[in-house]
Order: sequence, then structure tokens, then C-alpha cells
Amino acid sequence: MSDGNSNGTTPMFEIENLHAEIDGKEILKGVDLTVNQGEIHALMGPNGSGKSTLAYVVAGDPRYEVTEGSIRFQGEDILEWSPDERARKGLFLAFQYPTVIPGVSMANFLRLAVTNVRTARAEEIAAEGGSAQPFTPREFRRLMREKMALLKMDDAFATRYLNEGFSGGEKKRAEILQMALLEPKMAVLDETDSGLDIDALKVVSEGVNNLSGPKVGMLLITHYQRLLNFIKPDFVHIMHDGRIVESGGPELAHELEAKGYEGLRARTAEAAAS
Amino acid sequence: MVAKPQIDIGEYQYGFRDEEDYVFKSGRGLTRATVEEISAMKGEPDWMRDFRLKALDHFEKRPMPNWGADLSGIDFDDIFYYIRPAEKQGKTWDEVPEYIKNTFEKLGIPEAERKFLAGVGAQYESEVIYHSLREDLEKQGVIFLDMDAGVREHPELVKQYFGTIIPYNDNKFAALNSAVWSGGSFIYVPPGVSIDVPLQAYFRINAENMGQFERTLIIVDKDAYVHYVEGCTAPTYTTNSLHSAVVEIIVQEGGRCRYTTIQNWSKNVYNLVTKRAAAYKNATMEWVDGNLGSKVTMKYPAVWLMEEGARGEILSVAFASDGQHQDAGGKVVHVAPNTSSQIISKSISKGTGRSSYRGLVKVYKGAENVRSNVVCDALLLDETSKTDTYPYIEVEEERASIGHEATVSKVAEEQIFYLMSRGLSEDEAMSMIVNGFIEPIAKELPLEYAVELNRLIQLEMEGSVG
Repeated sequence: MSDGNSNGTTPMFEIENLHAEIDGKEILKGVDLTVNQGEIHALMGPNGSGKSTLAYVVAGDPRYEVTEGSIRFQGEDILEWSPDERARKGLFLAFQYPTVIPGVSMANFLRLAVTNVRTARAEEIAAEGGSAQPFTPREFRRLMREKMALLKMDDAFATRYLNEGFSGGEKKRAEILQMALLEPKMAVLDETDSGLDIDALKVVSEGVNNLSGPKVGMLLITHYQRLLNFIKPDFVHIMHDGRIVESGGPELAHELEAKGYEGLRARTAEAAAS
Repeated sequence: MVAKPQIDIGEYQYGFRDEEDYVFKSGRGLTRATVEEISAMKGEPDWMRDFRLKALDHFEKRPMPNWGADLSGIDFDDIFYYIRPAEKQGKTWDEVPEYIKNTFEKLGIPEAERKFLAGVGAQYESEVIYHSLREDLEKQGVIFLDMDAGVREHPELVKQYFGTIIPYNDNKFAALNSAVWSGGSFIYVPPGVSIDVPLQAYFRINAENMGQFERTLIIVDKDAYVHYVEGCTAPTYTTNSLHSAVVEIIVQEGGRCRYTTIQNWSKNVYNLVTKRAAAYKNATMEWVDGNLGSKVTMKYPAVWLMEEGARGEILSVAFASDGQHQDAGGKVVHVAPNTSSQIISKSISKGTGRSSYRGLVKVYKGAENVRSNVVCDALLLDETSKTDTYPYIEVEEERASIGHEATVSKVAEEQIFYLMSRGLSEDEAMSMIVNGFIEPIAKELPLEYAVELNRLIQLEMEGSVG
């Protein structure tokens, strides 16, 4: 483990000049982004700008090849890590389109996932006075039920097969439930708001807000400003054509809402020309 | 990094063997004298000896099947057809020879018996060396014996049904079994008796080049119920062993029988088994058939629906790993009107493994209002594994509703990625997907067996990827 953290200057999560391609087509063309502990960042941008690709690359999706740049988490380069190593270190991606795994119950799947992640963090948990002893099925059920209640999910969810027959809203809640149980340090939420009606959006946002805190970094990927009425970001970034083209505070999202991507781009171009 | 727990990677954990210390071992190869010797040693009535000899004739004349799996590795002259491991059968485990008892301890049988079984039979080589039945069931008239004891103690009942469901000339391997059969279970459940927990038989081959030919006959009388479970393992040898069983089942009016198999032979065993049940008025027969082990399996549990209202169900799960060919499936024959059936087959192939679904749905003329549904799903774990499907449907009656669905799928990379992104290793992700695939069948198993099946699949998946 790098001791780069100890002086407090190493950011928790840092992407530098990241280039990535799929099937030979370059999607990310030099992304720079830094998220510190306790910060919530929103990443906005039009369809096809590379937002979801960035999410997948952070999680280690093997379909993408990183051709240049780096991603560092707590000072360590994670690009060589497999997706499960990343998860065990505390990274999490809430998928925009979670995959169906027939025959695998939420409870069985999550118990193994939580056991793995907690086992990997045993030292940390011990340092905080806890125990990484795996939960018994009964204990785990109780914990799961607690978290499901917070997300207003029915108990029956625990025995349903992973994402099978889930409505759009149920899928999103299930992703946040996973996040709640895995307690990541850095979470990327890919369009967690899409397809949600206003009530569901409130519940999911509340869930996310409960999980944020001084120790957690978050990157919210969203197409619409709507989500940011419920979750207040510290920073907003605009992505276009594989790069982050503009960064600012929450006001940037409002400006985007007013002018649209086109308007914003025109203004940026003007500024660049003058 | 936390190290992964050390598990014997992909190793067959039941491959150990005992030193041979037998009361009797026949010579290699099969002759009339061998058959006569087996019959004489068992002190059988003439009708049974004659049955064996007729069967031997038929076996010798009958050509090898020209369909199904490759059986060219079987050398009938190299096999030991009869081995008697002990003088007598134990009624308690203490009466069983120490080394054999130890073997069954390792296989977890005595413990399982104490925990959740109504009766146990344990066969080692050719003979059932231990047998027990819960006392209250015995008092209710339930019979659970090894087949040899059945012939001795209930000759009339046995004679009435033996060889009626599967005649000695049914196929080459049924003929072989009929000639040299030894051991297996004989079960009779009297009218109205419902046995709440399973009866179990466990079959163990120990000697090299062994041929095991157990014979099972189950009679479920009116409105009675039994769940019979069998398991099987063998040591791993470089030469081939042969397991060729015959199982005949009769389910009388309103009765129900469930027969569950978890076959986990070592990968040098040819497993060629004939299983068939006849279900009478409003009776139900269910086969739950799990094939994980063996080099080659050819097995198609069958139900003949003889009278109105009878129902047949076959759940088959096969796992073909490197070098294995699982040719499995099921057969349903609708003889009577208003009968229904379902076949669900799930197969998984890995490496050089091949699984084939072979099934038959037949509806006789006059069997009106038949409903039958067949679903077979195959899962391929990699580019080299293979699967094929041979669904035969023969319908002579117009008013029949027959459904058939078949799918072949591969494990999607995005499924693996999704699970890994939650902290599961690639192996764990793979075995979770596979276990999910067979969940519809696993949930039909008694819990202990479902857990065992999950674990076996996990072992098979270790080191399978990456």
C-alpha cells in the first residue's frame, strides 16, 4: 500500500489523461478528473460523449482497452486490477443497465459479495473496532432487510433472482441496495436517475444521500439536471467527445439547464476564441 | 491482498480406494459359468437362474447400440462381473468390515442417515453391505431390502413384477444387467403409507475394472408415497469400469414416487443405465436425475402413463466436463387419455465435455387430451465444449397438446463482469451463474443434496477460467 495518503495531499481518486477504446474506436480522449474524500461530483454531457464508458473503464470492464493515462485510487494505479480487486478495494459502479442473472437470488449473491469485500478489508474493519467475521445467513438477512427498508423495497426482493423481471425502478433500487451493503469508498453512479418516476427518484436519491459522507467520494453520471435537485453536488463537469470540457460548481448544472449543451458549447467556444 | 481459500482445484474428492480384501471375486470376463456361479452363490430359485441365462443369450446376440455415445472403450472380457466384499450384511454399521465402514464414513452416509433419512442401503462392489429401515416404517409394512433379500424373503411379490417393466431383452445393457445383476434395492410401500423423509441407497465401486450391476424394483401401492435417493462414486483408475443398472418402478392408483439420483462416478466409469416406471390411474412418477460424473453416461429415465390421470415428470441436469459425454434426457409414453407430462433438462458443458439431450414423447392412438411439455436448455462455458439435442416426438393422436422449447446459451461476458464488479472472483462468478442456471432443478432436491450439488459444481468450476 502506498503511504501517499498519509500526508493528505494524494487525492482519493484521480483520473489523468485517460484514453480508452472499444473495438479499435477511441471513446475517451484524455479525461482528467479528481475526486477527494467526501466530495460529490456530477458528470453531465450529451449522449455519446463517453460518460458511461468512463464508468465502465473505472470498474474494469474487459471490453474496453485503456491506451493511455492512469486511474489512481488512494494513490495506487488500479488499471492492472481485475474488476473484483477494484470492488474489494472499495470501488463501486451502479450500472445503468444491470445484468440479469437467472436463478441467483439477491440474498445469496449479496452475501458472497459482502463477505468477499469485508474479508479483503478485514484490517481496516478491525482498526475501526469492527469484525470482518462473515455474517451468518440469518445475520445477513437482517442486515439486508434493514437496508431494503430504507430504500422502501419489499422483503420479497431478497429471494428474487438478480434483476430478473425487475422494473426499471426496481433495478435502480437494487443497485443502490448493493452499494449500501458493500459500503464503497468511491462510487460511480451511472444514470441512476434514468427511467425513474418522481417518487422513485426521491427514494433513490435519499438512499444515495444516506450513503454519502465525509469518507465517501461519489461521481454521479446524469443526463439531466433533475437528479441534482435531490443530490447536491460539490462539483459539476461537462463531458463532450471523450473529454471533460468544463468544470465548475453546482451553478454549472443550472446554466446547462437554461442553455442546453449547444448553448454551453457556443459560450465555451466564444471564450476560447476571445 | 487476501489469499483465496485453498481448495483442491478440480480434484475429484471421492477418488480414493481401499485395498481389496474380498470373500469372493469372479474371474475377468463373462461366461455361462459366471452367471451360474452368481446364481448358485445367491441360492436363487430356478426361475431367476433361467431368467439370467436367457438374458445372457440375448446379451451375446444383441449388437452394441449404434447411436448415442462412443462405447468402444468397453472391453467386456476385461471386466470383473461379481465381487462379494463381505460374508454378511450389517444391520448396524459396526457389523460392516472396518475399511468399508471407513469408506462410507468418508462419503458421509452414516451421518446423513442419522440426520434425515428413513432408511439406508449401502452397496459396495456387488453386494449391499449395510441396510436399515426406520422401525416405525417396518411396522407399517414398508419393505426396504436389498434386491437379493427381496428375492429370498418376498418371492411372490418379486416374481410378479421383476422384469415386467424392463424385460431382459429391452436393450443390450438391460440384458447384461439381467444376466449378472446383484444388489440394488427392493421397496414396497403399502396402500396409503406416505414416507415422510427419503430412503437412500449409496453405490460404491472400489475395484479396478469392476462391473456393478445393481437391480432395483420399487412398488408404490395405492395412494402411497416414497422418495428414493441414490448416490454413487468410485475411485479414479486409468482403466474403465462399468456401471449398468436396471431400475423398475410401479406406481399404483393415486400413488406417487420420486426417484432422485446424484451420479458422481469417477471419470473412468461407463454409466449405462435403464430406468423406467409405469404409472397407473392418477399416479405420479417423478425422476430427478443429476449426472455429474462418469466418462460416458447414457440414461433416459422413462415414465409410461398407463391409465387416466397419470402424470410423469422428469428433471434432468447434466454437467459434462473435460473428457465426459453425458447423453441424458427422458422418455414419456402416453398410453392412456388425460395424462400429462413434463421434461425439463438442463445441461452444462465445459472444456472438451459434451452433453446431449435425448428425449422421447410418445402419444398412443386413443390417448386423448394428453398434455406434455419439454424444455431443454444447454449452457456452454467456453468455445470448445459441445452440446446437441435429439428430441423425438411421436404423436398418433390429434387431440394432444405438446410443447417443446430448446435453448443453447453461453455465459455472457457482461454477466461475469457484473458479478466481478461486486467483488466475486471470476471462478465464483462462473459457478454462481451455473448454479443459477440449474436452480429450477436444484430447488427440487432435498436441501442436503442441493448443497452438495452446488458444491460439486463449484469444485468443477475451480480454475476453469482465466
